Amino acid sequence: MRDGKVVKGVQFRNHRVVGDILELARRYCEEGADELVFYDITASPDGRSVDRSWVNSVASLLDIPFCVAGGIRSVADAEDVLNKGADKISINSPALANPKLIDELAKRFGSQCVVLGVDSRAEDGQYSVYQNTGDPNKTSAARRETVAWVLEAQDRGAGEVVLNCMNQDGVRQGYDTMQLSVVRKNCSVPLIASGGAGEPAHFLDVFTTAHVDGALAASVFHSGEIDIMDLKTFLTENNVEVRV
Amino acid sequence: MSNPDVAIIDGGGANIASLQYALERLGATSKLSSDAATIRSASHVILPGVGAAAAAMRKLRDHDLVALIPQLEQPVLGICLGMQLLGASSDEDNAECIGVFPDHAIKLHASPETPVPNMGWCQIKRCGNSPLTDGIDDGSWFYFVHSFALPVGKNTIASATHTGEFSAMIAKDNFFAAQFHPERSSSAGAKLLRNFLEMRT
Repeated sequence: MRDGKVVKGVQFRNHRVVGDILELARRYCEEGADELVFYDITASPDGRSVDRSWVNSVASLLDIPFCVAGGIRSVADAEDVLNKGADKISINSPALANPKLIDELAKRFGSQCVVLGVDSRAEDGQYSVYQNTGDPNKTSAARRETVAWVLEAQDRGAGEVVLNCMNQDGVRQGYDTMQLSVVRKNCSVPLIASGGAGEPAHFLDVFTTAHVDGALAASVFHSGEIDIMDLKTFLTENNVEVRV
Repeated sequence: MSNPDVAIIDGGGANIASLQYALERLGATSKLSSDAATIRSASHVILPGVGAAAAAMRKLRDHDLVALIPQLEQPVLGICLGMQLLGASSDEDNAECIGVFPDHAIKLHASPETPVPNMGWCQIKRCGNSPLTDGIDDGSWFYFVHSFALPVGKNTIASATHTGEFSAMIAKDNFFAAQFHPERSSSAGAKLLRNFLEMRT
């Protein structure tokens, strides 16, 4: 696994790794996570068929919603994942390559299960979208401005946006509340903050200043640095309404 | 007492797996069916929610289930769109629905603070007593994903709030329905499903 959220392709077919994922999923579920996102990078771009039986295993274990991100390039991919019990699918680079995919998915399955993942970075005073961020060698600018892309995706039927602020990702200095606020003002579907969580105060900050609908984090939970129940108690004490 | 054998009515669409897994965790077997005899002989019947109202009603009509459902005598649970289908009609596609409940499903009103679909965890407010809500605390959180809802009415046993209040759960005789997804609502959802499975005809 990488960064607590990403599982390496080849290893994912290994049962021990799947067992580890299930154990982690169960732990997060019991600790009070409201939703889990699984970044599946088994689905490499070479187009070979993908074994997604792990989605069944996760679905049979979890009693909270979960989203599968990565490897969804077609309506058939999405159908496979949803039929196996996932509640939502998240698309990122394939939507940039073919924005009509958003329309097709929303039309077929409803906006509620179509999540748009956006990797965005502040540069030269504006926010720009990046693609193929799963592989550092392939990451490139998508030549799209972030707010414009979010608006387009929303118009096409995306029902939720996960905005991963790349400047903050992995540095644990807090969410990019400035960027998230800008997107929040323009976005009328639920917005989930991603990238930068390092301590409970960062979660409080992103909810109170950027007014996001949810906050996603991986490494701080995976390492055990932040216990989800403790975090929720902290947020509740600070008047942020969360499920406890 | 034998384990519950649940018929999940096949209204087309995907994503029944999570419901079946939830029933399995509670020791119930289930099968997806659009066959009248199978549905009639099940210990419990669930009308799940996938897709849009008109398409789901068309599918039920094609299998002659619209007349059958109100006649069922075993416990019946509508979930999400399934709840709206048990109502009389819906704003969605102006669909005429099954009519077990007299209510009309209305489109949720979107605002900057309350986007539609309403998607996420919401608290319920209980009203009255029902075997379905036995042991479920007022203020419990459930997972909702919907754009339409039935208004609060005389059959409401719990409400929730989006821009306005709507029915989160309704009950009448052996018919029950929840607007949220109990199969994705953690321990509160499991409790509700257990309550349902413990009901006997």
